[in-house]
Amino acid sequence: MIRFSLNGALVDVDAPPTERLSETLRERLGKVGTKVGCDAGDCGACTVLLDGAAVCACLTPAARVEGRMVTTIEGETPELSRLRESFHAHGAAQCGICTPGMLLTAADLLTRSARPSEPEVEQALGGVLCRCTGYRSIIAAVVAAGLGAVMPELPKGGVGTSVRRLDGAAKVAGDSFGADERPEGALVVTAVRSPYPHAAFVIGDLSAFRARPEVSAVFTAADIPGRNAFSVIPPFADQPAIAASPARFRGECVALVAFEPGADPDLTGFPIAWTPLDPLVTPQAAEAGPLLHPNRPGNLLVEGRVVKGDVASALASSAHVVEGRMTTAFVEHAYIEPEAGAAWLDGETLVIRACTQAPGMDREDTAAILGLPIGRVRIIPSATGGGFGSKLDISLQPLIGLVTLKTGRPCRMVYTRGESMTSTTKRHPAEMQGRIGCDAQGRITAVEFEGRFNTGAYSSWGPTVANRVPVHVSGPYLTPAITARARAIHTHGPVSGAFRGFGVPQGAIWQETLYDRLADKAGIDRLEFRLRNALRDGDPSATGQVLRAVGIHDCLMALKPHWTRALAQASGGKGRGVGVASCWYGCGNTALPNPSTIRIGLSPEGEVVLHQGATDIGQGSNTVIAQIAAEALGLPLTAFRLVGPDTALTPDAGKTSASRQTYVTGRAAKAAAEGLRAEILRRANAGMGATLALDGSALTVRDRETLARIDLAALPVDAHGHALTAEASYDPPTSPLDADGQGAPYAVYGYGAQMVELEVDAALGTVRLVKITAAHDVGRAINPMLAQGQIEGGIAQGIGMALMEEYLPGRTENLHDYLIPTFGDVPPIESLLIEVPDPEGPFGAKGLGEHVLIPTAPAILNAIRHATGAEITRVPALPHRIREALP
Amino acid sequence: MPDYARPQTLTEALRLLAGGEARLLAGGTDLYPGAGARLAGPVIDLATVAGLAGVQSGPGLRIGAATTWTMLAEASLPPALRALQQAAKQVGGRQVQNTGTIGGNICNASPAADGVPPLLALGAKVELASTSGTRRLALMDFLRGPRRTALGQGEVLTAILIPDSGLQGRSAFVKLGARSHLVISIVMVAARLVVRAGRVTEAAVAVGSCAPVAVRLPAVEAALRDAPVSEVADRIRAEDVTAALAPIDDVRATAAYRREAAVELVRRAVAEAVA
Repeated sequence: MIRFSLNGALVDVDAPPTERLSETLRERLGKVGTKVGCDAGDCGACTVLLDGAAVCACLTPAARVEGRMVTTIEGETPELSRLRESFHAHGAAQCGICTPGMLLTAADLLTRSARPSEPEVEQALGGVLCRCTGYRSIIAAVVAAGLGAVMPELPKGGVGTSVRRLDGAAKVAGDSFGADERPEGALVVTAVRSPYPHAAFVIGDLSAFRARPEVSAVFTAADIPGRNAFSVIPPFADQPAIAASPARFRGECVALVAFEPGADPDLTGFPIAWTPLDPLVTPQAAEAGPLLHPNRPGNLLVEGRVVKGDVASALASSAHVVEGRMTTAFVEHAYIEPEAGAAWLDGETLVIRACTQAPGMDREDTAAILGLPIGRVRIIPSATGGGFGSKLDISLQPLIGLVTLKTGRPCRMVYTRGESMTSTTKRHPAEMQGRIGCDAQGRITAVEFEGRFNTGAYSSWGPTVANRVPVHVSGPYLTPAITARARAIHTHGPVSGAFRGFGVPQGAIWQETLYDRLADKAGIDRLEFRLRNALRDGDPSATGQVLRAVGIHDCLMALKPHWTRALAQASGGKGRGVGVASCWYGCGNTALPNPSTIRIGLSPEGEVVLHQGATDIGQGSNTVIAQIAAEALGLPLTAFRLVGPDTALTPDAGKTSASRQTYVTGRAAKAAAEGLRAEILRRANAGMGATLALDGSALTVRDRETLARIDLAALPVDAHGHALTAEASYDPPTSPLDADGQGAPYAVYGYGAQMVELEVDAALGTVRLVKITAAHDVGRAINPMLAQGQIEGGIAQGIGMALMEEYLPGRTENLHDYLIPTFGDVPPIESLLIEVPDPEGPFGAKGLGEHVLIPTAPAILNAIRHATGAEITRVPALPHRIREALP
Repeated sequence: MPDYARPQTLTEALRLLAGGEARLLAGGTDLYPGAGARLAGPVIDLATVAGLAGVQSGPGLRIGAATTWTMLAEASLPPALRALQQAAKQVGGRQVQNTGTIGGNICNASPAADGVPPLLALGAKVELASTSGTRRLALMDFLRGPRRTALGQGEVLTAILIPDSGLQGRSAFVKLGARSHLVISIVMVAARLVVRAGRVTEAAVAVGSCAPVAVRLPAVEAALRDAPVSEVADRIRAEDVTAALAPIDDVRATAAYRREAAVELVRRAVAEAVA
């Protein structure tokens, strides 16, 4: 028995002495606020205070806390209270998975140094990774907490105000993520995974393994009752939930073992014999190699193309032409929450609570794999500790669903960091080449682009990437002639899927770095060159779509004074460089239906109940959708109660991807709220300008001199339990692309441009980022603080892609060999929110989530070239690659 | 021996260790990564062994093997140990620094162990105890290769001993990685220089992450002797540095880059040590 003080109370716990303290706290004491991100001391998520000092609970033997004081996020200290408030006020918690560890580490700092400076905060918190915020808001929050600065009283308004995140209080208390749902008596599910990128296997006689007392059940591909093939795009369904031989990538699930609760999930002795086969590693080899999928010749999944005008003659007659190549790596999403969830039966209904970005798709795929009618599957998303695209695809949902369905018992599954990294999707590595030309005045004449994308073993979002890249690779610039082709090629690599930008960031690295060379050739300032070519209202895009509400010119103009200042400063400093790059990005599915539905009701008690099905993975939809609804309805946000997401309680608001929630679900929310308002006004016989107010169940409607009262408690209750309900859907008006990629694939585009100032240490090839200035046209900033949070977080991921992130299967499957930016790697960021309202967006709003990552990497490469002349053609630009590229 | 033991004295720990194969648990920051829900036994936990942690002076300096990085970083130590203190602040994050120990870092024998180059530059020895007595070994001889040491069966590394000669002068540590925190180095250098009347009288320079174990650079040290302080960086010849190294290509960098960077970092470290 180990006795210690836990958050001020004495506890006794019977735990093995060398059990990880994180395990003891979570599994034996139910303190699930302590999050586990890596079990290796690489991420700091599990930080607790041991006698006041920050330690990783995952590295601490339980026996070591005997007689000592442990403080977890469930505890309270004066420092923790101040920090919680400050984090909440600064938007310093996005998804919330790193927040407990961040808060406790900061609390340790505040007890040692009451008023820490920014560098002190950075140094002290450097052991905790965050993948969402870009760290700047966290630094600000800790400094402010130290100063005891009175938090600004934030306005309680609708659109345009920086209200605090509605789910923020839960985030700073230790939110409930996929691993935190622990049904009584739940089996613990573990996957057997392929150690090879390509291998045949035979599973031997399972009877002895099944007979182990700790083993409840074993399942293989043969046990899948439905269709053992899924894809986020149903016509491409090719990926098995549990693979039959052969395994097509390292980390692929080939069997499941369900262990009794409390048992050591030991797979030693599982009877499986592997025969490694030659893997196709590169797209080049795969194009000429044996087929992964028999119906895909040349291992080609999809080829996307956009063709307009006569590129050959346009280039031939151009005053200046540049040609270039760019290669990018697999990039891992590296959210701090490894995939996790639980399943149980509620009568006939299979209930799955897990991290996700797409509950509706989870439900459809899980039902199909398990052979269930869709009505028998209910998905309740847990808080999701970062997604960035990878949690759009199902991971463990069908696995835990299968175990519960077959055994009738609840079960849980938590991926290890290694499993999360090997088995889930990646950003596509790209090999890109082509030419861009301009005339003597620097006006773009033509773009010729050829991209080969390593799409890995299965389809996932490969088709989307192949289609999005050619549409966007012109950048937000008027391009009279273009030939752009992107091919997604299968290999035995990890499955490449969605990652913030769907291939557009890779294309932008190629295009924006060539633009700098072209501007230099034309003898035009690089920002001026972009301004000269920036799309304007009424201009046609590469796909021939006539654009409106085009904000790129405004973004570049907003950077101009900064550019002038930065260039002047750089000219004085050794190794100083300045770079700029732009982005544009179409919001929502590419030329496909993409509806969202929102329901809103007034309860008999006088609450506004928002059935909000847009999954908030940290980006802020819980808050932003509610702000839009509040503005449209004309009732304060404080009257709102959020329901969902839950496929049983919320209509389908689609997936959290493609920067679509603010725009698409926001439009649905606006329409639903307007519908509810219209119904209220009709009942009150009031005009459009009437003012609504709630006082308990009394809803008053004031219209000039008249005052009407609706007693909500007196109205009959509808099927949703509400006195009044409205529901509305919205689907973006788009048109299909023709064979040449011509059409109107998106109804709304967002725009942005970023400027990077940096210093290159030429002797070592290292880069120190000095400042990033980011101008993004968001149409209308529904919540400026959350928009800024998206910008800072996207930039951090762009920095990682540019300078350090390279996923190598078998080699960088942890968070110390796979490097993501830490506290010291993200410089101060100045965000400039540009508002060019889009007539299609709710209150003019456009999407932002992915845009923010796109310009960062090319702007960094352009600044490196400006500083040193080094032309980087392969990212990440690790120090040795920069050294090699120096002229 | 039981599956887990928390001895209170070194004698007890050594007796337990002599009784069979057991893993020694110090900070746990290298043993836990890769373990399952618990660390498989048998394990001897050194956390409560009296006298293993802390720094004592005279003669020389004795650093207890269980001294944590935070203790080292916050201790008041002579300028010769500045490199070690700088390294202590760059091992993992604060969490790891609060539990990870200098002795564990040495025994883990990673080619990229942050504590080793500063200790090599101090001329450190290790003290190894067993039931049959105590022996001392130069750190350089203790480290045999990646994950290999001269620690014998039944032995515990109890202390790191810095001779008086190692306490002379000032030192500096420079670590190169692809990000600012939580980074395994591509190259790191520790340099300690003793200066009298504006000239270097003694130099000790060590490089990590560029060979199976960190190495001293004898040719560099010889070249630095008698150098005026203003010229220390100029005395570093690339071939003097690279002759001692045997770097590899890995996910962090190429061997060729490591050689180049090591030369540059040696120049910076010696310049910083005399600055």
